[in-house]
Amino acid sequence: MRFLFKTDYEDDIKLFPHSGYWVSYGVLLALLLIAPYVLSSYLMSQLVFVCIYAIVGVALLILTGFTGQASLGHAAFLAIGAYTAAYLQTYNVPFPVYFLAAGLLTGIIGAMVGFPALRLTGIYLVIATISFALIVEEILARWESVTHGNEGMRVKTLSLLGVAVPRDSPTFYYLCLAVLVLTIVGTLNLLRSPTGRAFVAIRDSETAARSMGVNVALYKVKSFAISAAITGFAGVLFAHKLSFISPEMFTLQLSIEFIIVILIGGAFSLHGAVLGAIFIVMIDPFLTYLKDDMPGMIAGIAAAFGAGPATAGDIQSKVAAFASLNGLKGAIYGIIIVLFVLFEPLGLYGRWLKIKLFFQLFPLYKRATFKRQKIYVKSERNR
Amino acid sequence: MSYFRAENLSLHFGGLKAVDAVSFALEKGEILSIIGPNGAGKSSIFNLISRIYRPTSGRIFFEDQDITEEAPYDIAKLGIARTFQNIELFENATVLSNLLVGRHRHSTTQLWQELLFLPSVRANEKVHRRRVEQVIEFLDLEPYRDKLISGLPYGVRKVIELARALCSEPKLILLDEPSSGLNVEETDDMSFWIRDMKSELGITVLMVEHDMSLVNRVSDRVIALNYGRVLAMGSPAEVQQHPDVVAAYLGA
Repeated sequence: MRFLFKTDYEDDIKLFPHSGYWVSYGVLLALLLIAPYVLSSYLMSQLVFVCIYAIVGVALLILTGFTGQASLGHAAFLAIGAYTAAYLQTYNVPFPVYFLAAGLLTGIIGAMVGFPALRLTGIYLVIATISFALIVEEILARWESVTHGNEGMRVKTLSLLGVAVPRDSPTFYYLCLAVLVLTIVGTLNLLRSPTGRAFVAIRDSETAARSMGVNVALYKVKSFAISAAITGFAGVLFAHKLSFISPEMFTLQLSIEFIIVILIGGAFSLHGAVLGAIFIVMIDPFLTYLKDDMPGMIAGIAAAFGAGPATAGDIQSKVAAFASLNGLKGAIYGIIIVLFVLFEPLGLYGRWLKIKLFFQLFPLYKRATFKRQKIYVKSERNR
Repeated sequence: MSYFRAENLSLHFGGLKAVDAVSFALEKGEILSIIGPNGAGKSSIFNLISRIYRPTSGRIFFEDQDITEEAPYDIAKLGIARTFQNIELFENATVLSNLLVGRHRHSTTQLWQELLFLPSVRANEKVHRRRVEQVIEFLDLEPYRDKLISGLPYGVRKVIELARALCSEPKLILLDEPSSGLNVEETDDMSFWIRDMKSELGITVLMVEHDMSLVNRVSDRVIALNYGRVLAMGSPAEVQQHPDVVAAYLGA
């Protein structure tokens, strides 16, 4: 076990409490940097999506995890960022300009969503953000002069300082990684300063926050704006990665995927956003794999248990029909959320903390250690 | 002119007069207790002062300034801090960050500076931390700094709420039943701290309290309320002998 002796206020301010963190995060960063030279192009592509989902996850954590304002509208913020980039590109605006413009515009729209949200809490806020997402989706489909409607928009190859950066090049991956790291560092900075503490205060008790001088309305709007702006940045990267965007990419299902990112990762720590992003990006190929191979496997098992070729073929086609049902993916996502909320409310990062503590305290670990923490639950008293 | 003044303060919920034309004044450095049976309107007066409720009529003055129309968060900025009858702490945060939220009214840094964590933010954080440590020392909270509120016993939470209020360096502090749920020793500690707040930190105290021994030990003056009206005002002994107060408590 490691004992930390704090001798300076600095010890509680710094990001890495002890030197071990430098080693582990240094190794992680080094591995991420050499990844393009080691991993296959498919895995690299997945890694870029992990970065983008993690950026959105961090954004959603600021709003939902730390300020306590649930949102099912983040796909819309992502869309606004992506479409701003695609639209400004048609006027040959350079990347840094439209990147910042997308973040700024999304941030302003986020603040505008934040204002009506001031009077709403809990499930009503979720409904309001869903309606916002539906409105944005509809606007994207109808405002053809800007968004080209349902035809979608092509996104030109990213050009950084006159050099083309194709969407599957290592440079694009490094760009996404850099944005992710900067987002995480910025968010950590925010969380260790007065604004971040005000966010957490609002999450846990608005009345007490107000009586301590926190302008609750202002900070909620700030939280919405910051969260939306970060999602807007991610939207630009998302547009470039896909190289083609259309309204049906930014549906409610995407917003739910973002909620899954933070719920499954752990809605109390930024680690959760990254772990959740890895989970959500990797589960998709896994489900595709199951869909393609399950029918054959099950038919094989049936044959092994003595089913005739006709019966086995019948089973195979039935399982295949089931696996390609519409909405099966959504149902699986739903089941995953329910199982996590019931059995692992602290998410993957919470599980990791438990495992870590188990070995640190071995053989003295007590299951009750994590019993009392209710992160996502919030009391309704005294509003 | 008094330091703090409530004039004809009223709060009506429909026909119910929770607070009915209550007037009182506080001198700087005074400890004033409000007593009264349940539902007398004590906590409502606190909620009026901290602007959780808007008074139906009447005015509130603090340091010769009319604060009746101030926003709730500006009340804290003026130097009025409060605690709650049913503890309102930030459950899923550590004690330290709870206390640092108390410093919120003194934070001057802008959002962009905080995103970059500029040296100015770092320096400010250390100043806040130093102030918080002074309060931690004052209230003997050293063992709890990094503990989560959700894992702490009730008595400690009560002290942490007081600490959070003190961290904002208030001029006037409103204590809503500081001894409720505390055992005898904890109540003793509380009475020492309240007197020390007055003598060492120069804070004016307005307190709602049921425990008459605590009221007798710390108060300079007492107001007795019933049904939103003032029954009696004066020294603790005077108020307790007042026939109306006796009648209100004993139902004679």
